[in-house]
Amino acid sequence: MLKALVARTRFGNRTIGFPQCQPTLPTRFRGRPEFSSELCRHGCLECVQTCPTEALRIAGGHPECDLGRCLFCGECETACHNGVIRFSRDYSMGASERSDLVIGPDTERKLIQSLSAEMLRLFRRSLRLRQVSAGGCNGCEVEVNVLNTIVFDLGRFGIQFVASPRHADGLLITGPVTENMRSALLKTYEAVPEPKLVIAVGACAISGGPYVNHPQVHNGAASQLKVDLFIPGCPPHPVTTLDALLRLLSRMPTGR
Amino acid sequence: MSHGNTYTCSNNERIPLIDVPTLPTDSFLEEVSRIVQRGGRLAALFVQPFEGKNRLYAVALVGEEGGVMLTSCIVEESYPSLTRVCPQAHLFEREIAELWKVTPVGHPWLKPVRFSDSPIGIAEFFQVEGSDVHEVAVGPVHAGIIEPGHFRFNCVGEEVLHLEIALGYQFRGVEQALAGGPNPRTIHYMETLAGDTSVGHATAYSQIVESLAEVQISLRAMTLRSIALELERLANHTGDLGALAGDVGYSPVASHCGRIRGDFLNLTAMICGNRLGRGIARPGGVGYDLCDDDVSLMAEKLQRAREDVAVAIQLLWNSTSVVDRFEGTGVLDRNLCRELGVVGPAARAAGMERDVRLEYPSDVYRFAQIPVSCWHTGDVFARAYVRWLEICRSADFVQSLLTGIQKETARVQPGAMKANSLAVALVEGWRGEICHVACTDGEGRFRWYKVVDPSFHNWSGLAWAMRNQQISDFPLCNKSFNLSYCGHDL
Repeated sequence: MLKALVARTRFGNRTIGFPQCQPTLPTRFRGRPEFSSELCRHGCLECVQTCPTEALRIAGGHPECDLGRCLFCGECETACHNGVIRFSRDYSMGASERSDLVIGPDTERKLIQSLSAEMLRLFRRSLRLRQVSAGGCNGCEVEVNVLNTIVFDLGRFGIQFVASPRHADGLLITGPVTENMRSALLKTYEAVPEPKLVIAVGACAISGGPYVNHPQVHNGAASQLKVDLFIPGCPPHPVTTLDALLRLLSRMPTGR
Repeated sequence: MSHGNTYTCSNNERIPLIDVPTLPTDSFLEEVSRIVQRGGRLAALFVQPFEGKNRLYAVALVGEEGGVMLTSCIVEESYPSLTRVCPQAHLFEREIAELWKVTPVGHPWLKPVRFSDSPIGIAEFFQVEGSDVHEVAVGPVHAGIIEPGHFRFNCVGEEVLHLEIALGYQFRGVEQALAGGPNPRTIHYMETLAGDTSVGHATAYSQIVESLAEVQISLRAMTLRSIALELERLANHTGDLGALAGDVGYSPVASHCGRIRGDFLNLTAMICGNRLGRGIARPGGVGYDLCDDDVSLMAEKLQRAREDVAVAIQLLWNSTSVVDRFEGTGVLDRNLCRELGVVGPAARAAGMERDVRLEYPSDVYRFAQIPVSCWHTGDVFARAYVRWLEICRSADFVQSLLTGIQKETARVQPGAMKANSLAVALVEGWRGEICHVACTDGEGRFRWYKVVDPSFHNWSGLAWAMRNQQISDFPLCNKSFNLSYCGHDL
């Protein structure tokens, strides 16, 4: 017991200050891509050809990236000799609408809309989520799970993952929705009482990710259910997920 | 080199496809069972098409004699099952029956492995007869943030008589999609085969391409790749020890380990920006290089995490109530491990010195040895303790690698893969032996690509470890193996 207390003292408080202060991210972190389209040598298509998931395309002479398909591998940034594409350190990438995830050089940065007043009254201070992995590779799953550690301490925001869908206010879905998980996913959704939320985490759950158009998968959660929140990444950094959840619940400090 | 019945090659060696012997079916079965009876194990057993026929390949490993043994035979609609004499073939043969409609005659139970072309979960389950027997069905959606799978327990009271594990919910069709590659998506399939083993599988794939292209990568690249592989082991072992503590209600260690696991992930992210090591291992070397300042910062942070994890894990071993819950729970002994072909920490926890890093070293493990960590009791304690020993050794190993990184290029262009060739890549991932086998066509593209995740061997081990245990100990036993669902389902 004494040794446990000594260890506790040694380790101190390890919970990050986010959202009150900016999070510490790896130096090489790849967040929201930015485009300097004036540098683009139109028609070389090297970025497009290197993209594993067809997230990139040239639209109206400008590169455009679908964050819902993007694996944030950075291959396009390396392939482009003109420095048109650069992955920024902007970790705040969640979106309320699927179309908001398609961004180009002149796209207005759209933040997540918080829930309606009635939904906020119900969920702002207490949100219970049931996680369903529907073909996820355990990448998104482990990065969602770390939100429960003392580092992110999700409980301080009143958000909790629960075992039973009947105790939940919504589903957090990972994976491309394999045919073999489709029925279990839908049954779990039905078991959640109304009103309920659906959150799609990671490229697979948004678009199918690397498995897009495989006959064994359904290209993400939106193929089956109405999705209220999309969180891109492969997997999303835990801060990206936390940021999106807090914005949805209107719990970000003012001005952020 | 060929010895008539088998072709013996090394890990990471290109073999002309024509050199792989094609035996009569009887001789093939005899040869494989002889290797297994002499203490060898099946790394892979699979069918692939060959000149319009089904060709059955075996990749067998004979630890002490060394070498990777390859052999094959042509099979028609059926052949005599190998499982009768070699139980570790059982899941491979179920897979063969499911995918290729080739029947291993005499196999005890040919039900689908992944339900790749039949409705999921619709199969007969093993049933224990008796008036007091009851069944408990769990999953596919489990309590907790975890992948899906179905567990069917046959119990009398609290005691589990038999556990059947039915998977396939994660089936994404990866192997089928790999044929005809490589293409820009290939490496991303590898990094998401089992997303918690991104570096392990991406390293195996990189080695396959390098072997088939017969390209030599730099020592710097090998070192960086191995550092990432060991960091992956450190993060996962630390997380699992924390989760084991949590499963017996010892929350201080669960809390500390949850945080320290993140420290190891953040070290990986220092290399490539991604906490799971996406982007590090690439054919020809590594996708990201480190500068000298990164190296010294990494050594410093690793040292701190190493000290912290030691403090946290000592609390576990000092708590008699924790050790009491771990000891004697979920025993999987050496004989069962051998019969079932169990790999990784689960085998080493039963006293088997089974570790690819020692037996079939590739990359930097050929020049720098890491001691194999074993324990002998085969219970939850042993599986936890082996993980702890491996944390110590991996951390020391990474520290020593960090002090001697050569100044040279971190990546070479692998060039085209040779046509009509085959290669085997074995990597000791944190769960155990990862085996990739690939074969090129006449144009040097993948004719086929076979993946065996360590979980494919070990799920049966978990089922056996649960026999005569209390059903309430299932979470503890399960976590002590912590197997991959998607790595199994592919």
